[in-house]
Amino acid sequence: MRTIRIGSGAGYSGDRIEPAIELAEKGDIQYLVFECLGERTVALAQRARLKNPDDGFDPLLEARMRAVLPASAANGIKIVTNMGAANPWAAARKTAQIAASLGLSRLKIAAVMGDDVLEACKQHDLPLIEIDGTLKMLGNRIVSANAYLGAEPMAAALKAGADIVITGRASDPALFLAPMVDAFGWPMDDWNLLGRGTVAGHLLECAGQVTGGYFADPGFKDVAGLARLGFPIGEVSEDGGLVITKVAGSGGEVSVRTCKEQLLYEVHDPSRYMQPDVVADFSQVAVEQIGPDRVSVSGGRGRPRPDTLKISVGYVDGYIGEGQMSYAGPGAEARARLALEIVRERLKLTHVEASEWRFDLIGIDALHGERLSQAGAPYEVRVRVAGRTDTLSEAVRIGDEVETLYTNGPAGGGGAFKSARDIVAVASVLLPRDLVAPQVRFVEA
Amino acid sequence: MAKLRDIAHSRTGDKGNISNISVIAFDARHYPLLCAQVTSARVKAHFDGIVFGEVVRYELPNIAALNFVLDQALGGGVTRSLALDAHGKSLSSALLDLEIELPPDHDRGAA
Repeated sequence: MRTIRIGSGAGYSGDRIEPAIELAEKGDIQYLVFECLGERTVALAQRARLKNPDDGFDPLLEARMRAVLPASAANGIKIVTNMGAANPWAAARKTAQIAASLGLSRLKIAAVMGDDVLEACKQHDLPLIEIDGTLKMLGNRIVSANAYLGAEPMAAALKAGADIVITGRASDPALFLAPMVDAFGWPMDDWNLLGRGTVAGHLLECAGQVTGGYFADPGFKDVAGLARLGFPIGEVSEDGGLVITKVAGSGGEVSVRTCKEQLLYEVHDPSRYMQPDVVADFSQVAVEQIGPDRVSVSGGRGRPRPDTLKISVGYVDGYIGEGQMSYAGPGAEARARLALEIVRERLKLTHVEASEWRFDLIGIDALHGERLSQAGAPYEVRVRVAGRTDTLSEAVRIGDEVETLYTNGPAGGGGAFKSARDIVAVASVLLPRDLVAPQVRFVEA
Repeated sequence: MAKLRDIAHSRTGDKGNISNISVIAFDARHYPLLCAQVTSARVKAHFDGIVFGEVVRYELPNIAALNFVLDQALGGGVTRSLALDAHGKSLSSALLDLEIELPPDHDRGAA
């Protein structure tokens, strides 16, 4: 039976770069996938594109392409990535330039476009999912709306001979499903095959999270070599069989426990994992250790795809101002609490307006609140004040106020930090599939 | 009395204002014990003040795991939350602090 090996070269936009080079050089892979597009990254990229029509793609595109193109081209590895963000066509042209500057020629680069559905979303008032409200409620604060595309346009680009496929918003597992559809010619209505392929894509899409990253807990779950964590390889066979593994000698581990954790990561109902191409069913998945750093995964299934596509809507959501200050040694907690009281009173006295506040003591209760946090005197405590405001200038005042603790607050406050940032938040809606029309365009290096 | 951390591992994921926390038995023999003691009501109570919505539990006997879906758990949503840990990544560690009653004949070495 035919088998392909797909490497996962990045699990988020800022991910480490060398593991992908390792995969391209030593992974014996035919495809290398980079998942680099977070929930709100498209919205931020959209803003960059508005400022400069040649921008709006992933800021690390150049660094990643320069790092992996030589080995990928030498080994005939095809690359699939969502680093196109809000401007896949500009990303494709940029990649062609990079390839040329590396002396690589005859590379065919495809841009997948059509995920931008801002206009369609302006014409339909749709209910938001995952949070309460409707699109109308977001009004003119909406900056972007992008459909999660499925594997089809990416697979079509590969079929047409693309060496590199650059898309914008697409479902993360679909980035991996596309090579399978390309290599095996899977019909787009064989729901069980697409379901199995989605299991593979889901396990691979966060890169190091299935090879021992986001996992270690000393004494309970020890993992060696996290500083040189190997990124995963999925060995997928024509019938959707799957083995997860990694490059021999790299750090981390591929075990049933890492695979089980990643299988459920960001999953709600495991029997209904909604994808543009299929409703995947993870509920009957079984995992088995079949060798060192080799886990066999079986039992994925699927049902017909939904009639709607999930749309990620970026909208301007005010500003967050924040300030921090540290206290240490005897009485650190008491001085930190005094500092919070002072800032609280100052913010009132100086009329800083915010719709929501956080007053945290990092080291005491910042993550899970007072009730779950165990009592005990920590050696050091960090004060954190954050507030949501309508304007940037108001947000700036919050950090400024915390900083004044230096000369006006309790004894020994050090290491002030302040920030004020505008917030582009993300909401989701479902849009009828026929309102989305993906297109593929090629450029050659 | 043991902690959940002694018999299970856990990972948190986020989507919008919803957090999901997996609880996976190290040893499949402990799966019935997880089902009996780590109920959605108990998880909801554990996260009182952090999780404001419903807690739904899904069972995955094939991998000896439970998946909890916690609504209104992330300060209005990952992309807008004021929280230090906006993703709620650290919530799994809080859940592993749950107390678990092991049967008297429990062989800790097997865990």
